[in-house]
Amino acid sequence: MIIETRGLTKTYRMGAVEVDALRGVSLGVEAGEFLSVMGPSGSGKSTLMNIIGCLDRPTTGSYLFEAREMSGLDDAEFAHVRNRRIGFVFQTFNLLPRLSALKNVELPMVYGGVPPNARRERALAMLERVGLADRAGHRPMELSGGQQQRVAIARALVNEPAMILADEPTGNLDSRVGAEIMGMLDSLNKAGVTIIMVTHDPRVADAGGRRVILKDGMVESDEAVG
Amino acid sequence: MSGAIIFSGGGRAPLRPRNTEIVITMYILPTVRIALRALRVNKMRSGLTMLGIIIGVAAVITMLAVGEGARASLAKSVQSLGSNLVLILPGSSTSGGARLGSGNVDTLVIDDVVAMREDCSAVGGVAPIVRGSAQVVYADRNWNTSVLGTDEYFEVVRDWSVVEGRFLTRQDVDGRTKNCVLGTAVVKELFGSDDPVGRVIRIKNVPFTVVGVLAEKGQSPTGQDQDDTIVVAYTTAQTRLFGSTRLNAVMATARSSELLDKAVDQITELLRQRHKIPPGEDDDFSIRNLTEMLAMAEMQTKIMAILLGSVASVSLLVGGIGIMNIMLVSVTERTREIGIRMAVGAKGRDILLQFLIEAVVLSLIGGLIGIALGMGLSALIGRFSDFETQVSVLSVVLSFGFAAAVGIFFGYYPARKAAAMDPIVALRYE
Repeated sequence: MIIETRGLTKTYRMGAVEVDALRGVSLGVEAGEFLSVMGPSGSGKSTLMNIIGCLDRPTTGSYLFEAREMSGLDDAEFAHVRNRRIGFVFQTFNLLPRLSALKNVELPMVYGGVPPNARRERALAMLERVGLADRAGHRPMELSGGQQQRVAIARALVNEPAMILADEPTGNLDSRVGAEIMGMLDSLNKAGVTIIMVTHDPRVADAGGRRVILKDGMVESDEAVG
Repeated sequence: MSGAIIFSGGGRAPLRPRNTEIVITMYILPTVRIALRALRVNKMRSGLTMLGIIIGVAAVITMLAVGEGARASLAKSVQSLGSNLVLILPGSSTSGGARLGSGNVDTLVIDDVVAMREDCSAVGGVAPIVRGSAQVVYADRNWNTSVLGTDEYFEVVRDWSVVEGRFLTRQDVDGRTKNCVLGTAVVKELFGSDDPVGRVIRIKNVPFTVVGVLAEKGQSPTGQDQDDTIVVAYTTAQTRLFGSTRLNAVMATARSSELLDKAVDQITELLRQRHKIPPGEDDDFSIRNLTEMLAMAEMQTKIMAILLGSVASVSLLVGGIGIMNIMLVSVTERTREIGIRMAVGAKGRDILLQFLIEAVVLSLIGGLIGIALGMGLSALIGRFSDFETQVSVLSVVLSFGFAAAVGIFFGYYPARKAAAMDPIVALRYE
């Protein structure tokens, strides 16, 4: 079990009003699974992803990641876990616009304490694996959406994480390029990386082996697909 | 374009502590590069931000250079007068009633000089000074210069020897000879590159034989060219040139710097006795100790430096606030970047360091430009004004350090703000 949450709740205070984003989510994910998380806006998808991604802490409940309790860690420990064990892929790619593709891929290693030469080598190898070795010196603005997302995937993979969190990875791409990205995630999953993906698109969700639907901060359904 | 992704998912990466060398080579240096890149992107803005620091540092460098130059040239010119020199002027220097300024009355006579030589144990040499200006002529050239009448002690008292020929002797004084010694400036005016020794010049139409040439001395503390002078025996000057028995001044030296105060006391006591001044009455002469004058002038330079220094520090302060302002803008603009960096594993202190280094790089570049500008200004001032300037290593190190301190001090708050950001909020920032 790579992820095990028990009774996660998250309450936001917005002025005088308290909003319950999560109301008791218990979820287990085995290593090597490909999980799609669906649900309407406000269902708590983002909140759940933030907690699973070690960007946020639950109000109550426990979150075990790789059999280690995460809810008590401080910010620096969180940063360390994100750096070494989790790769993020975003809808808007979130590459640093002033850095070349290569430098963007190197970024997690900068914070992971990898020496510059090794960094460069590994980043180049990773760009080659996503088919962008010839674009290493280009800035994000000089790349197509699909290429940018592939750079982002290379960045997510470069520290060899245990899990990739993908938030609407195809949301800003046309369907042909989106399918390419999905194929890439699929092959990653087959190579052993756990993938958790948030999506609105049922067809995209079908790519995963398991679909979880959230509603009003609770798990509405959790079923195998495909 | 999918397919061949080989990925070795696997073991947990070890938590290893960083040692300092790694931190510097892999961490500080790249951060400096990131900072430089960020500053290059906003050239105009970075330049304007640095302006305050540039002006502040340039002001510090220039003012210290002028101060140091003034101090050095003052020390040099005071030294050129001879060491442990005491200047005795006729007339009182104290105020009260309507008095003539010192040097304008005839209270000092040659017997005072003789008495000082005999009675004052702390006094080394004593030389009488008679001064006036005169038109001098040689062949078809003429020149207006100052004529200084003295005796053979002058050479020792002023520590001023001849480079050619000889100085005046007792025989010249006793015999009221028409021999003279020329300063280098006069030689240049009258003789050009010719050898003046043995030639006859006319001073106030009286023929004088040149017997020697004085070494070059440079400017006096009051800014006069000491080499633009002709030295003759005071007896000759009094009788043949100026027709008066008065002495304009007496110069004396103490035997050592420790004996300076004692020499002044002895001279004061002797002169009061000789001039029959009852106790309680003011002196009819005044004594100037050149070491004191030097100390006073140094004090003035210091006060000047403090004043200019406060102006410079205000400029540095304003520059620092400018840096803080621009860093706050930069942090806000780059909120999303901060979020991305945090998401891929940057800790708060990584972000803090990044922005802090950026602020310091900004202020240090400003500091370097300021140092260059200050050095250039100092060179210009040295060349085109009467001030001498001298840029000291200390002032460069000092102002560079100041610039760094300003960067750290004013960069800390914006950097702290960046480091405290919530990655979730920062990632969502548009």
